[in-house]
Amino acid sequence: MTEAQVLIERDDPIAVVTLNRPSALNALSSALLTDVVGAIEALDDADDVCVVILTGGSSVFAAGADLKQFSEMTLAQMVQSPRFVLWDRLRRVRKPIIAAVSGYALGAGCELAMSCDLIVASETARFGQPEINVGIMPGAGGTQRLARAVGKVRAMEMVLTGRMMTAYEAERAGLVNRVVPNDVLADEAMALAREIASKPPISVRLAKEAILQAYETTLAAGLEFERRSLAALLGTDDSREGMKAFIEKRRPEYHGK
Amino acid sequence: MVSRPVSDLLLVETDRRVTILTLNRPDVLNAFNNELITELALRLRDAERDVEVGAVIITGAGRAFCAGQDLQDRRAMFERGETPHLGAGLRERYKPMILRIRTMEKPVIAALNGVAAGAGCGLALACDIRMAAESASLSLAFARVGLAADSGASYMLPRLIGLGRALEMAYTGDPVPAAEAERIGLVNHVYPADELMPRTRDFAARLANGATLALGLIKRDFNRALSLDLDAALDYESYQQEVAGRSDDFREGVTAFVEKRQPKYRGS
Repeated sequence: MTEAQVLIERDDPIAVVTLNRPSALNALSSALLTDVVGAIEALDDADDVCVVILTGGSSVFAAGADLKQFSEMTLAQMVQSPRFVLWDRLRRVRKPIIAAVSGYALGAGCELAMSCDLIVASETARFGQPEINVGIMPGAGGTQRLARAVGKVRAMEMVLTGRMMTAYEAERAGLVNRVVPNDVLADEAMALAREIASKPPISVRLAKEAILQAYETTLAAGLEFERRSLAALLGTDDSREGMKAFIEKRRPEYHGK
Repeated sequence: MVSRPVSDLLLVETDRRVTILTLNRPDVLNAFNNELITELALRLRDAERDVEVGAVIITGAGRAFCAGQDLQDRRAMFERGETPHLGAGLRERYKPMILRIRTMEKPVIAALNGVAAGAGCGLALACDIRMAAESASLSLAFARVGLAADSGASYMLPRLIGLGRALEMAYTGDPVPAAEAERIGLVNHVYPADELMPRTRDFAARLANGATLALGLIKRDFNRALSLDLDAALDYESYQQEVAGRSDDFREGVTAFVEKRQPKYRGS
């Protein structure tokens, strides 16, 4: 029996999804992408999970798509590729996903990291969209999410030259939340996940949705979305408990209701 | 002691877990040519990767440490009517060599047996610690031939001796003799010429046989802190200490302390 391409560890309320194709530097073949997205969706539906960490382990996050697979595709196959459906499904995950990136996050690997909601990077992390070097270009958000994350001129340089960003460059450019030594990457991602998991889950979910709206809509529509989300939250037990605990100077206890 | 003749330009020797790299072009005061810089960078990489090596010493054969870039090469270039493109050479050769010294997580010690000038001074400055013979001197001689500073000197020198003294050295190119260098913190210790290598070897061997994991983390910490504010430096220290705290060496260090004996570190 071959080993699973994706490992799932539950440490409720956190789940860690690990890309496990180290011999191929976790290249995102369609099969691997299918497994990753499937795993994350299953965790999105699991009641006891609040936050998902996505990682490639301590030496590489994911070094691009499977170029061999790509090169054998016809135009018709590419246009109808199930990959695009998978990327869209990932976009609809409601729980926060933290990417814990060590080593290369290139091409589809960089796009996968950017599809997550937060990114913790190790000092060894390298981000890049090298598609230009093989005569293609990013196809899973590499031009769109990168431009939104680091701005037009930096995105242009990365996509048009294929040059990689170091972890600290990525931190300065706002692509990652923070950079930590490789040895503590998993712990820091876990600490961040636990902090978010300690918050009332309905707030977390609506707030994530509202922030993502900022990239989808006009300011006026986004503000309206935000207002309605806040109003909706006022109906929850957790919001009453949170504000009551604050006034009574005690720790709140949330139940996700 | 193990001697490995790799290249005539650079002698490589290992003694008590210390790699000793000796620049060996004594007839031209160990001036850098392309081959020597490349060779130095490669042997530093070997030392970095070799788990049996715990520290590195860089020194020079003959009466100089290193006189910097070989200007004969430059003159030949002018005679051929070529336009110099120094920037590319610095990025391709000097930069990887200097970065290697600063980022390898093992102590790198310069044993200044004589003159360290120009890029030779830059090389000395890039090392973690500088030991000097009484006859040694350091000179940032670039301006004397109409050049700006390179090989990391602009970064390291103000951090070692302060901006005012650093700019004086850079503007004038005047050599700073060993005794003065020690007084202003430019070198760590000065010894009589015949004691320089034995003392430096003993010192390096002590580090190389100590808690090397901790030394590596310390170097990483100090490097990182050079470009951080206090808040971030404290965070970074906490990461390194988290790693150190999980090491066998820490357990051994604490146990040996309590049992009042010498610790036996394994670097893990």
